[in-house]
Amino acid sequence: MNQKYEAVIGLEVHVQLATQSKLFSGAPTHFGAEPNSNTTPICMGWPGTLPVLNEAALKLAIKAGLALNCRIAERLKFDRKHYFYPDLPKAYQISQYDMPVNGKGSLTIELEDEQGGLQIREIGITRAHLEEDAGKLLHEGIKDGSLVDYNRAGMPLLEIVSEPDIRTPAEAYAYLTALKAILQYLEVSDCNMEEGSLRCDANVSVRLIGETKFGTKTEIKNLNSFKAVQKAIQYEIDRQIEIVEGGDRVVQETRLWNDVKSQTFAMRSKEEAHDYRYFPDPDLVPFTIDRETVEEIQKSIPELPAARTQRFMKECGLSRYDASVLVGDKKLGDYFEAVIATGADSKLASNWIQSELLAILNERKIPIENSPVGADALAGLISLIQKNTISGKIAKDVLPMMFETGKTAEVIVKEKGLVQVTDTKLIEEVADRVLAANPKVVADFRAGKGQAVGFLVGQVMKETKGKANPKIVNEILTQKLS
Amino acid sequence: MSFEIEKIAQLARIKLSEEETQKLGSDLNAILQYIEQLGRIPTDGVEPTSHVFNLENVFRKDEVKPVNVRDKALEHAPLRESFFFKVPKVVDKES
Repeated sequence: MNQKYEAVIGLEVHVQLATQSKLFSGAPTHFGAEPNSNTTPICMGWPGTLPVLNEAALKLAIKAGLALNCRIAERLKFDRKHYFYPDLPKAYQISQYDMPVNGKGSLTIELEDEQGGLQIREIGITRAHLEEDAGKLLHEGIKDGSLVDYNRAGMPLLEIVSEPDIRTPAEAYAYLTALKAILQYLEVSDCNMEEGSLRCDANVSVRLIGETKFGTKTEIKNLNSFKAVQKAIQYEIDRQIEIVEGGDRVVQETRLWNDVKSQTFAMRSKEEAHDYRYFPDPDLVPFTIDRETVEEIQKSIPELPAARTQRFMKECGLSRYDASVLVGDKKLGDYFEAVIATGADSKLASNWIQSELLAILNERKIPIENSPVGADALAGLISLIQKNTISGKIAKDVLPMMFETGKTAEVIVKEKGLVQVTDTKLIEEVADRVLAANPKVVADFRAGKGQAVGFLVGQVMKETKGKANPKIVNEILTQKLS
Repeated sequence: MSFEIEKIAQLARIKLSEEETQKLGSDLNAILQYIEQLGRIPTDGVEPTSHVFNLENVFRKDEVKPVNVRDKALEHAPLRESFFFKVPKVVDKES
């Protein structure tokens, strides 16, 4: 990136609130229903129907607002936002204009700088308001039109708008990761991007460093993953700098990210300049939020990711990196806690979860909460390593067998005879054979090539089928060679 | 005024004849004049209201009341494809 410029980035995140029914009707919210079947006369905008607010949705919105340090409104109302589009049955969306449930707040993000140091930044939240979702349009593979599914119409959304405080694509990524983790911990939303329960639009502009006015921004839509957000923002920054450097002006417009081509494209739409004609929705009465309700919701807020990361570092001695990986996914953190609750060493547990366990789960696309090897089972494996019953190397072979057979580590180790050999007499016998068979290596070692011992250790391990305790092997060989 | 009428009509997707534009124009003018008159009433210290009823906090419980209106709704669709509504292409995604 051109060093003369800085980017100004603001993010709009829509999350679907975890309710059973829609925001203003009793239609179900589950994903994957047949097209247009999760619909009621209210979501379809039929004449004579009246929306009624889902109390749980309001409470979830307040819960999220509290966790984002937002000012919770004492009074709020709903407004109609008008536009014609086939995804909007009523030709208006019920949203919140000037009296949102959550006012100004903030979110602290952490990211590593280029020197590997930790950078902490506070990103302002402008507001977080309630609104209903629109339906879904399908364009793919249809030449002569678009298909409409209104199952999403009326779904409860919280739109979280950040201040234009974000400066780099990496910060945008960190912001989204932190926000998602908080919302998952709160159980406000499942934040599943693939199912559309978390969506993100990015507003991007560039300006010369030192300039206080904003440049002309573009809005990027169709961002289907956090990685895509990061890539699209970077692309847009580069594109805008090139325009400005070339003496041209950035055009204010909506652009769509194309993930395959890794480019943004101007969205061509027949819509003229937006004129939403917001006004209070006369179908919905205003709402007041009393202090007791807010306090009650405040009490229901669990330990949040930042606090948990600190605890994992302090109480479990984990590095910040390891702690944040485990905390980043609530269920992964829960799994880790279940493993160490059995008394397993926390660093071993962290390493085994993050490397071996996740490798297998990711390969098989199994979420951690459905892991066939549960926390107790992994704790059992770790305990065998801690007791020196098996080496870490053997344990790596045992774990996949646990996945295959569903048996405990202890049973597998017994059945396969994998118990680590700590019997020094036996190891000495093998060591003698290895030394006798490799006179050249022994000569090398004696001539000063210290690394030759590694080869010999390897030979002994091979002869014992990996069962010898490598530490003891090393000691015995060193002793015999000196 | 007639320019505004045309804009409002366009936003509401209503096609107006010359005659209608004239008539609605004077109607709207009268309404605006009335609003102007209301605007002269002193309202200092009166809390703005967004609703005519003296009611607030009307909620429903988060309960599913399944009323699948798909088939009824699709009956009225000028165009459909299986369980979807079909509409003319609305956005030209460049690809």
